[in-house]
Amino acid sequence: MFQFIFRRLSLVIPTFLGITLLTFTLIRLIPGDPIEVMAGERGVSAERHAELSAQLGFDQPLYVQYYHYVTGVLQGDLGNSLITREPVMKEFLTLFPATIELAFCAAIFAILIGLPAGIFAAVKRGTVIDHSVMTFSLTGYSMPIFWWALLLMLVFSVNLGWTPVSGRIDVVYWIDDVTGFMLIDSLLSGEEGAFSSAVSHLILPSIVLGTIPMAVIARMTRSSMLEVLSEDYIRTARAKGIAPWRVIVIHALRNALIPVITVIGLQVGILLSGAILTETVFAWPGIGKWLIESIGRRDYPVVQGGILIVACIIIVVNLLVDITYGIVNPRIRHSR
Amino acid sequence: MTTSTKTSTTDIPLTAPVPMTPFQEFWHYFSSNKGAVAGLIVIAIICFMAVFANFVAPHSPSDQYRDALLLPPAWLDGGNWSFVLGTDDVGRDILSRLIYGSRLSIAVGLVAVTASLIMGILLGLVAGYFRGMIDTAIMRIVDIMLAMPSLLLAIAIVAILGPSIVNAALAISIVSLPHYVRLTRAATMAEMSRDYVTSSRVIGASPLRLMFVCILPNCLAPLIVQATLGFSSAILDMAALGFLGLGAQPPTPEWGSMLADALQFVQRAWWVVTFPGLMILITVLAFNLMGDGLRDALDPKLKQ
Repeated sequence: MFQFIFRRLSLVIPTFLGITLLTFTLIRLIPGDPIEVMAGERGVSAERHAELSAQLGFDQPLYVQYYHYVTGVLQGDLGNSLITREPVMKEFLTLFPATIELAFCAAIFAILIGLPAGIFAAVKRGTVIDHSVMTFSLTGYSMPIFWWALLLMLVFSVNLGWTPVSGRIDVVYWIDDVTGFMLIDSLLSGEEGAFSSAVSHLILPSIVLGTIPMAVIARMTRSSMLEVLSEDYIRTARAKGIAPWRVIVIHALRNALIPVITVIGLQVGILLSGAILTETVFAWPGIGKWLIESIGRRDYPVVQGGILIVACIIIVVNLLVDITYGIVNPRIRHSR
Repeated sequence: MTTSTKTSTTDIPLTAPVPMTPFQEFWHYFSSNKGAVAGLIVIAIICFMAVFANFVAPHSPSDQYRDALLLPPAWLDGGNWSFVLGTDDVGRDILSRLIYGSRLSIAVGLVAVTASLIMGILLGLVAGYFRGMIDTAIMRIVDIMLAMPSLLLAIAIVAILGPSIVNAALAISIVSLPHYVRLTRAATMAEMSRDYVTSSRVIGASPLRLMFVCILPNCLAPLIVQATLGFSSAILDMAALGFLGLGAQPPTPEWGSMLADALQFVQRAWWVVTFPGLMILITVLAFNLMGDGLRDALDPKLKQ
């Protein structure tokens, strides 16, 4: 087991270095001189240019620059935003809870709907239920989620007035930032109605962000369940006279869930990139919106740092998924 | 086998059925999947619209009818049958813009898929054929690319190169490259151990001939499926980039950027928002349906 974890960990190092190389080259590939790009319209004098060059290390050879960049990254130093002058890491940490909160609720939504739908479709194979689950899941899978967001907003916020259009909480509430998670902070504040306002702001974005993972989970659960249901031990269980629901929930589902858990873990990438679109539509103050706005403002250190952090999160999650899979399924652990 | 002793119709010739040509066989499996056929029909219609946009579209996509701003679809009160799906905030016909938009989406999909297919096949063949250091190097890069969500990587690339439709297409083709490399490499490695490859090598076929004439044609089935599914993600990513303002720029009739323009009119004019997205959904769904059908028809493991 340790050997498996070690082997898997050793694969992460080149991937991490590759991603730092990518984000390192990113800022250098931008057409024009980086310092002039940073200075923007105002331009810089020759002395100031040399001074900034020395300060930012641009006068050193590339490999030295890369070395400094990677050591900085490993210490959590991602440079400062050109606009706010704040460290990129600090900005990221203040905004990240909002994205986690959204992604977490979206994942819950996706699992709560996708899993039972997939099980149901597999059990009722070939019926109308199966076909409609599969149709819905293919539609969900093909959904342009930014449009889905607008459509839901149009129906539930504009026409029916059930949910708010954007933001994390009503402007009438002033919630102290304790944990960064609005659901918890609004509860802690003790203000009446704050929590329900936070919940109502979360509903639509979570549904939108959870749609594609939900479709993927439903499809995966269905095919995995179908495979398990055709196994001999299921027939034996049925022949023994065990209640049908018990065969499905206790005997089949347990084994069918192994690949599904992997798929759920792999949805983190989809959730984080989907958050870029969802947060833009719902004006959700998370890292997705922050990244897009930074691209618009040509705030390159933020773009560079943000992409690096998101990629690292995904690498770590994929690693954890792999290791969990190895623990659950010995066949994977011992292969190669 | 023969049951003719019992039947009175002795004039039926007892010959084996003519074996199906590969294409007939493919079509037999493909056409039994209703979803796939529906997808194919929708794609054919969209391609027709894209090619003949000049003749199909009732108006020019950039003509602004100043006396018909935000006109609702024709079947609603205040609608006008010369603008079937209504008009946008500067009086442009939405139907015509959607039709011209299909041209752009199909073109971008075609360019992105072709580019990444060619690059992916080359890299995958080289990696699978030569193995060793080259293989490790290529696969490491592929793994790094797969570690990033495709949209994020595409955004990063467009952020460097600057927002434009060409750069977006380039970004999408780079992003989808890893899948083709992996597929081609896996298929090449499987074929390499086959006898026919060994015998060709013994006869003295050059590596190039082995790679492109012997191995490649036998690796095509999964690539065709992936290319079809790649089309749908190319169109989806293109629309997402357009929506974020990183793809086609505003006056261009592109589905995603049409949606971005319409954001401020959500409350007043639902049709400006609804139709472009519906178009994206239908197109992407059609490609996904066809891709699933192709996979079933081309994958020998699934055939009965």
